[in-house]
Amino acid sequence: MAEKAVPVPTPETQPFWDGCAAGELRIQHCLDCGEAYFYPRPVCPACGSADVEWFTASGAATLYSYVISHRPAPGFEDEAPYAIAVVELAEGPRMMTNLTGVPNTPEHLVLDMPLRVTFERRGDVSLPLFAPAGEST
Amino acid sequence: MSGVIIAGAAETDQVGKLPGHSTLQLHLESALNALADAGLTTKDIDGIATVSAPGPVQVAHSLGITPRWMDSTAVGGTSFLLHVRHAAAAIEAGHASIVLITHGESGRSRVGAARRAQAPASVHGQFEAPFGVLGPVTSFTLPALRYMHDFGLTHEQLAYVAVAQRRWAAKNPRALYRDPITIDDVLASRIVAYPFHLLECCLVTDGGGALIVTSADRAGDFPKPAVHVLGTGESSETPLISQMADFTESLAFRLAGRAAFAEAGITTADVDHLMIYDAFAHVPIYGLEALGFVAKGEAGPFIADGNTEPGGSLPLNTNGGGMSYTHTGMYGMFAITEAVRQVRGEAAAQVAGPEISVVLGNGGMFATAGVLVLGRQPRDRASA
Repeated sequence: MAEKAVPVPTPETQPFWDGCAAGELRIQHCLDCGEAYFYPRPVCPACGSADVEWFTASGAATLYSYVISHRPAPGFEDEAPYAIAVVELAEGPRMMTNLTGVPNTPEHLVLDMPLRVTFERRGDVSLPLFAPAGEST
Repeated sequence: MSGVIIAGAAETDQVGKLPGHSTLQLHLESALNALADAGLTTKDIDGIATVSAPGPVQVAHSLGITPRWMDSTAVGGTSFLLHVRHAAAAIEAGHASIVLITHGESGRSRVGAARRAQAPASVHGQFEAPFGVLGPVTSFTLPALRYMHDFGLTHEQLAYVAVAQRRWAAKNPRALYRDPITIDDVLASRIVAYPFHLLECCLVTDGGGALIVTSADRAGDFPKPAVHVLGTGESSETPLISQMADFTESLAFRLAGRAAFAEAGITTADVDHLMIYDAFAHVPIYGLEALGFVAKGEAGPFIADGNTEPGGSLPLNTNGGGMSYTHTGMYGMFAITEAVRQVRGEAAAQVAGPEISVVLGNGGMFATAGVLVLGRQPRDRASA
């Protein structure tokens, strides 16, 4: 069976992946305008400032949108149908993820449901996944 | 400034399943057909535009053209709309006089086609691909559930987009799918990526198309009626679907549309015919709202009430669209060629004498957008 895609960090994204490996969701915010943002990059997308720093997000999020894929990507053959979700972090930014600890069905996946980050090892990195808040992670 | 016209427009002899054509051959056949349509030869062409792979240098060389202007803008399926916009500027600047724009894609048969994989160190490779994304079907579709939740779009209304377009396709002998379908048929087709069923997704075909763009000063020099380029717009939002500012609307659609309508000096009330790139059933809904034809949340009911199908007030995707006519992967060219046919009065499902046709193309899913306002009359008379 094919392997799931494994991300390859780049210098500007390495702190994010280091955070995941340490069990922390580290993202960036702007020291000039306060904007928290994701994906990692050296410039604030809200104001253009390069005065940005990393911080550890709370890991709390809500379910913003999703699809349930019936055509598995390589490595996902045993999981289909599976949800590909976008979650909104409590700090504001959104990110793509998978949902764990909950059946991936329309009945169980209700938009705006509270979620919490959890991490799954894959290859040399850990990936941020999300589970219903309050469940054990 | 006199503006520019589309003097020639054509597609490959056939669209659909063409395993005997390479990607490059689809470009060349389209080019020769568009040249014939305009009554020109390769020696008349001094500017060329197409997406990278095979790219303008290869297409020009294969045709024996030595360009003095070229454009390889490659921002997905809307690229050809941007090529028209860039060609218009080049012609008005004197950088080219007659521009050939080509599209060819062996989307289904993959003969001589470019690789699709994205590097695992790219932004997409790091932050989307690991989560089981498999092409547009699992990412272009991602915003729809949020829209349905926030604006009450029903599964039946989403399905009806495919039903309405099939009614146009039934009138088009070149359409791949022509048999009538019902909402029940759509909802009974297999789920590909919930909430999308197979019949709410575009086809995957082989084919090509090409355009000849030149100065409006030359209108009347060609065998077919000139189609005037009255306004153009382009924009981009984000390369990552997960990073769209608002999943219920497309910023790029809105900005490209606003620019094109302003340049043409028109409002939605002036538009007689409309093409909105329909890679999936929700895209015409986002397009109708972004261009201002209906208010936010109203496009689903607007389509379900029959307004965009044969006999409706706003004919939309009259070739059958990407869901029923053809979809090579970069469908934007086919949206343009259908708009040209409609303005000329030679479409298979011809609507009554359209003066103004608008084309909205998306590229890289919701990443980029291009809009063209095309008309039967030049700009000064079109807005009179």
